[in-house]
Amino acid sequence: MNFPLPSLNAVSAANPWTYVLFAAIGFAFGYTLEMSGFGDSRKLAAQFYFTEMTVLKVMFTAITVAMVLLFGAVGLGLLDFSQVWVNPTYLASGIVGGLIMGVGFIVGGFCPTTSLASASTGKIDGMLFMLGGFVGAFLFGETEKYFDGWYTNAGYFGRLTLDQVFGIPVGAVVLIVILMALFMFWGGEQLERIFGKRDLAKEPRLRVVGGVALFAAAVAVLAIGSPSLADRYNKVTFTRTETVEQLNADPIVNTYVYTADEMLANRLVFTSPAEAFKAKYNQSMNPVYLDVRSEADYNLYHIEDAVNVPLERMLEVVPVLLSEPPANTVFILISNDEAAAVDTWKLLVGSSVQNVYILEGGVNNWIAFFGNDDKTLHPNPNAGDDQLGYLFPAALGSRYESCSPDPIEYEKLEFEQKIKLQLKRDKSGGGCG
Amino acid sequence: MTTQTRKSIFNRPEKSYVHPYFGGVVLGIVLFLAFFLTGNGLGSSGATSRIDAAIVDAISPSHVDNNPYLLKMAGGEKNPLDDWIVPVFFGALLGGFSSGFFNGRLKFMTTKGPNISDRTRWLMAFLGGVIFLYGARLARGCTSGQALSGGATLSAGSWVVMFAIFGGAYGVAYFVRKFWN
Repeated sequence: MNFPLPSLNAVSAANPWTYVLFAAIGFAFGYTLEMSGFGDSRKLAAQFYFTEMTVLKVMFTAITVAMVLLFGAVGLGLLDFSQVWVNPTYLASGIVGGLIMGVGFIVGGFCPTTSLASASTGKIDGMLFMLGGFVGAFLFGETEKYFDGWYTNAGYFGRLTLDQVFGIPVGAVVLIVILMALFMFWGGEQLERIFGKRDLAKEPRLRVVGGVALFAAAVAVLAIGSPSLADRYNKVTFTRTETVEQLNADPIVNTYVYTADEMLANRLVFTSPAEAFKAKYNQSMNPVYLDVRSEADYNLYHIEDAVNVPLERMLEVVPVLLSEPPANTVFILISNDEAAAVDTWKLLVGSSVQNVYILEGGVNNWIAFFGNDDKTLHPNPNAGDDQLGYLFPAALGSRYESCSPDPIEYEKLEFEQKIKLQLKRDKSGGGCG
Repeated sequence: MTTQTRKSIFNRPEKSYVHPYFGGVVLGIVLFLAFFLTGNGLGSSGATSRIDAAIVDAISPSHVDNNPYLLKMAGGEKNPLDDWIVPVFFGALLGGFSSGFFNGRLKFMTTKGPNISDRTRWLMAFLGGVIFLYGARLARGCTSGQALSGGATLSAGSWVVMFAIFGGAYGVAYFVRKFWN
């Protein structure tokens, strides 16, 4: 079984248990906040006068514990990190919004969820904070149109994690964060001693054991590392349905589950030039043509709108492909023949990119199909495996006629439909958004 | 924070809060389970704006149609409340209430600094809520959705938001010290 469970990605009326599950998560959340003392605004505000560092302790313990468990599970191959919601980075609006939130925090004495814990236990200030929250969110909805353009792109970096920022293994980041948290706990307790007159001798010894355990777990996460691309590739499965029409009865729908290698062997991910071309005019999908050949080949001839990403650079663009906003994006990989495209396909599928297909026969097949009457192109008898099978008079890029076939001339094309759009879960529904 | 004899509205003895590190460990496990099972973290400010959108949609659907921000959640066939964060929101209210009930902390009162009146505190709480949620929507998430959830998944933007929240609060704390000390 692969976690997270796809059926639990979002609430759905078809599966009412999802509402119960999310309510249970919320219940545990609210319960924990209240029992930690976050229903009392004085405990929260004290954080900012160094008299009591409960906010820091609870928050960073929670973050580090969740982080260690999360990346431990990812490292052991139990959890697919690409299916875990990671807040996209919007640097500018994040900083401005964060500063505003800080002001609201110290003025109001709560943050949104702690105000729920407070209001539900009868604290009048908690209720008023909650009420103010509804007004604030409403005001944002009403004023967002004045800065919509800025808000939509405010320092947008997509799905970006700290290990990518610093270019170090994720286990190393986990370890650094935990060392930083342990240092902050120590510093926080010293501040409590100085400003809050707290007697640290009365603190439970167990907390030191907990700190050591956390550190040991972080070392373990670093040692486990990340599952290899091959491991992840072997775990990917695809579902295909086949409808068999019955005489005088409802059609029978057969469902098949294939591994990635079976998808290749059965040629279920190879899309014909006709289908790849027609995808451009299909309203239901947003095709992205990825040309995985060398830049030299790309300059000689490439299909219109194709983006050149040579195979060896593909790993760098995977995060971009994963955060490609529209869910109906279909990636069509183009090689001269198929070999490089198949390698790229394996890499992308192992990286959990969805809706990836290969242009059947590559550019050579495309030219054979659309460029048959182009007298300037001559077949190259000496072409090797996965090399361009034509000789070009000049490096015209996409300015050959067959690079952008006439949609009217080719309006009617027969092809076997291979592309089965698999809609990703709605990313905009994730996180706090 | 020792056990006090003060009676709550349900006449249960008021228990003291759990140790912050213990609370943090439990919260961390809850957060991990949320990610592990559903792929989503925790949050609540998203529900606030979704409930707002539902109210606006019920009163004036045409207003939603003219508002790009609300249109992302409501409008047409979309029900703004049909999102995982809404049951989390109501679950959190119930969870907070239950913890208060079992620990004898259900009590109508105002938590405030020693030197301000209830009314001032109420006004500040309301104002703080307005400011916080405005900022939370701008930053696309609050302390739960950004700092906690994004912090645990090592989202670069969430760590920036987290430091900005602390920066904003520490920066202004001196000027509002009379409210708390």
